[in-house]
Amino acid sequence: MSKHTALHDEHVRLGVKMVNFAGWDMPLHYGSQIEEHHAVRNAAGAFDVSHMTIIDVRGGEALPWLQYMLANDVGRIECGQAQYGLILNSQAGIIDDLIVYKRKDDFRLIVNAGTREKVLAWFEQNQRGFEINWKLRSGMAIIAVQGPQGIALVEKATGFDGAKMPPFTFLENAESWMFARTGYTGESGLEIILPEQAAPGLWQNLMQAGVSAVGLAARDTLRLEAGMSLSGQDMDETTHALESALGWTIAWKPENRSFIGREPLEQIRKAGSALKLCGIVLQSRGVLRHGQKIISKAGDGIVTSGIYSPTLGYSIGLARVPKNIEPDCHVEIRGKQLAVKLVRPPFVRNGQRVYK
Amino acid sequence: MSDAPAELKYSSSHEWARLEENGMVTVGITEFAQEALGDIVFVELPEMGVQIESGEEAGVVESVKAAADTYAPIGGTVVEVNSVLEDEPERVNQDAFGDGWFYRLDPHDVEDLSELMDAESYLELCENEAP
Repeated sequence: MSKHTALHDEHVRLGVKMVNFAGWDMPLHYGSQIEEHHAVRNAAGAFDVSHMTIIDVRGGEALPWLQYMLANDVGRIECGQAQYGLILNSQAGIIDDLIVYKRKDDFRLIVNAGTREKVLAWFEQNQRGFEINWKLRSGMAIIAVQGPQGIALVEKATGFDGAKMPPFTFLENAESWMFARTGYTGESGLEIILPEQAAPGLWQNLMQAGVSAVGLAARDTLRLEAGMSLSGQDMDETTHALESALGWTIAWKPENRSFIGREPLEQIRKAGSALKLCGIVLQSRGVLRHGQKIISKAGDGIVTSGIYSPTLGYSIGLARVPKNIEPDCHVEIRGKQLAVKLVRPPFVRNGQRVYK
Repeated sequence: MSDAPAELKYSSSHEWARLEENGMVTVGITEFAQEALGDIVFVELPEMGVQIESGEEAGVVESVKAAADTYAPIGGTVVEVNSVLEDEPERVNQDAFGDGWFYRLDPHDVEDLSELMDAESYLELCENEAP
């Protein structure tokens, strides 16, 4: 029996096509994933992402513990700010990515639904000796409102004005609703974390304000156009940050901060990673998909994510390839070798093509 | 549940075939197939003038979700292709049994149509394949 979010009835009322995702019944689309994609690029869309895991960490040593557990340094953010980062294992493999929100009395961590059990077990295994406690927050819903009109339509629906908030900041109101300027689409917008009993009302008000309901299928094409990685697909425990285009999330300084995975990662950094993750653009008709082989003079690579890009009208993807690969190479699709071009993501920002 | 017009014939690989007044046979994919594929982004059609046999590959439909081969429901010579689909593949999603047709065949033997399924048996097949 799959778990339902607090918005299940709302989705059903909108004619949703559901998909099982990490044990949850989640909206895949509400009719056309391409139309939902365009709604986010051109206006505003709302995603139910209540399946994601919320963990609140408090205690006198919450900061040093998180500085030990995470490869980014949460000591760099102030109260009211958020930070993207990685949880590494002791070989520097990527257990998951997450966003940390620094609140007045604790740190709020949001990790992926698919890696929930793994992350919780890892936290339990590594909390010895630290004066902390962490609590899994249930009873909450998360609604992401994204798109050029997202912030304005949230104001229309709730009265909350987020227009002046810089990216990666958040505010909380008296009813413990958290409004965060974060997202996973390459558009501006807010992610709203709120008690689940209030979620259906907010969802209805957003729909009434003119926000479109958007499913996980469009979420995937939006994030890939934005050049964002998906944990478990573009990176996992068998890959490290430097071959996943995530070196920017590693806080190397101060040099004496010890975090899990640091030593093996330092060694890879010194030797130079043999592989890298880059953007690819298919030069002919067809669709790049996860698992297809990249063929180059420098050796083979693999497509980690591939989609048809609704904004661009052709297929784009991410691929893990040899470091010194030539910019024009090939992908094998259904037994045929087709030309692909290597580019630097993101592909799309604020509705426009941005790569060269 | 998807519909299936009674005047059409159906293959087990989800193509439909319609005998036109001039003896040609129009071919497309069914409502059930387009629904299962989701938003269609490319349609590769057979070339004009080629002869294809019943059950032979006759192109590829690529959707946001998957790529699927299409097969000729009966044998014949390709006499017309719906080239509009090159720029507007979404027509298959919008009107699979109408505007979203794929190609027309001059059939080797029009009697071959009788070997295909009627609407009722086709819907039964869909029922069994439904996710």
